[in-house]
Amino acid sequence: MKNKKADTLEDAIARLNDGATMLIGGFGIAGVPEILIEGVCDRGLRDLTIVANNSGTHKTGIARLLAEGCVGKIICSFPWAVESFVFKELYEDGKVDLEVVPQGTLAERMRAAGAGLGGFLTPTAVGTDLGAGKAVHEIDGKEYILEMPLKGDFALIKAREVDARGNLTFRMAARNFNPVMATAADYTIVEATTEVPVGDLDPECIITPGVFVDCYYIAGPYVPGKEEGPRS
Amino acid sequence: MSEPNRLSRDQIAARVALELQDGWLVNLGIGMPTLTVNYIPEGRDILFHSENGIIGMGPRPARDEDIDPDLMSAGKGPVTLIPGGAFIHHADSFAVARGGRLDAAVLGAFQVAVNGDLANWRLPNAISGSVGGAMDIAAGAKRVFAMMTHTAKGGEPKIVEALTYPLTAKTCVSKIFTDMAVVAVTPDGYVLEEVAPGVTVDEVVAATGAALTIPDTVGTIAA
Repeated sequence: MKNKKADTLEDAIARLNDGATMLIGGFGIAGVPEILIEGVCDRGLRDLTIVANNSGTHKTGIARLLAEGCVGKIICSFPWAVESFVFKELYEDGKVDLEVVPQGTLAERMRAAGAGLGGFLTPTAVGTDLGAGKAVHEIDGKEYILEMPLKGDFALIKAREVDARGNLTFRMAARNFNPVMATAADYTIVEATTEVPVGDLDPECIITPGVFVDCYYIAGPYVPGKEEGPRS
Repeated sequence: MSEPNRLSRDQIAARVALELQDGWLVNLGIGMPTLTVNYIPEGRDILFHSENGIIGMGPRPARDEDIDPDLMSAGKGPVTLIPGGAFIHHADSFAVARGGRLDAAVLGAFQVAVNGDLANWRLPNAISGSVGGAMDIAAGAKRVFAMMTHTAKGGEPKIVEALTYPLTAKTCVSKIFTDMAVVAVTPDGYVLEEVAPGVTVDEVVAATGAALTIPDTVGTIAA
């Protein structure tokens, strides 16, 4: 069996490189691979393109990546939350680029990339600022715009359980973008809460099969406030 | 600043809740629409969808110690899962929304146009906006109910002939619930269905930025 387990955080993120496009799971505080992100910050990478639902909140996670100058561009659906003050300041100073994508289109662009599709037609954003310049197709009398796949060089995923084959389960609404992102990157790295022996996971309940996982790291449960300052 | 006869946010939510029918799957937008969950009439089985992957979202836990950081609404508030609820990933969640599975979406609005166009994601003078799931949900739901104050701060009408704010989705809104009235969006234009207690038809007409058909009988919002 291919060894997918990284014994250290450093090993888990060793392949990441400057300029990479990185898909990062999570919605709000649920399902964010906080430990992996901290590792990326510590590596001091530059010019990353981050794909996530938000532009980072408060001072940790993606917000810390931004604050430390690792990010050149963010592709997300919800950049202007009150808590995204780090992003706001950098954006206003012209230090980071932004692409706003409707949330369902963001998920489906990654699904398309993971599924080997060359794009898809969606009714979302027809006639809006976010649909401007995109090809419009009429099918059965309804308008759709053409959206392109969105592929990552890397995906950083948060899972609940993992086994040695990389099979994953998730917890509650912490599932969110994680399974679709796992399919959409050349190299998918998982931060899991616990590892279980192969065969222990009910095959009917595996959400992401290990074929979509390249590497996993057992981080244990994330404890807010463990290392520095207030988190949320 | 608010006029004496205007409905509160909770009173509007209570009126919207009456509109949600037994057996419906409903998405509530962030902000004022989330209050609707608190006013569902007894005995109505309504499933709430939250775009971050919850079908069967229930109210906030009764006790703070039961709050789970992995169980939050799209508005990032703590919620519960009802018996028989399910978790799905984001691509499936928007298959629900875009695929026409939502019987209704209750969304906040900056403006609604007479053809049902909705503006709710970005202010005209802003460099950008936080669209979230609004465009997908508005484009995909079977019905969109706009829930808003009747006028903007300063009295500017939000029910208008044509949008001056950036479009979220075309011809999607079927009914508007405000602090003054319930207004249907029909192929023949706006129709005033109900007024809030103590609000006159003339006041609603004056606060509306487009022609309003006044039927022979206009109901009063139960509040």
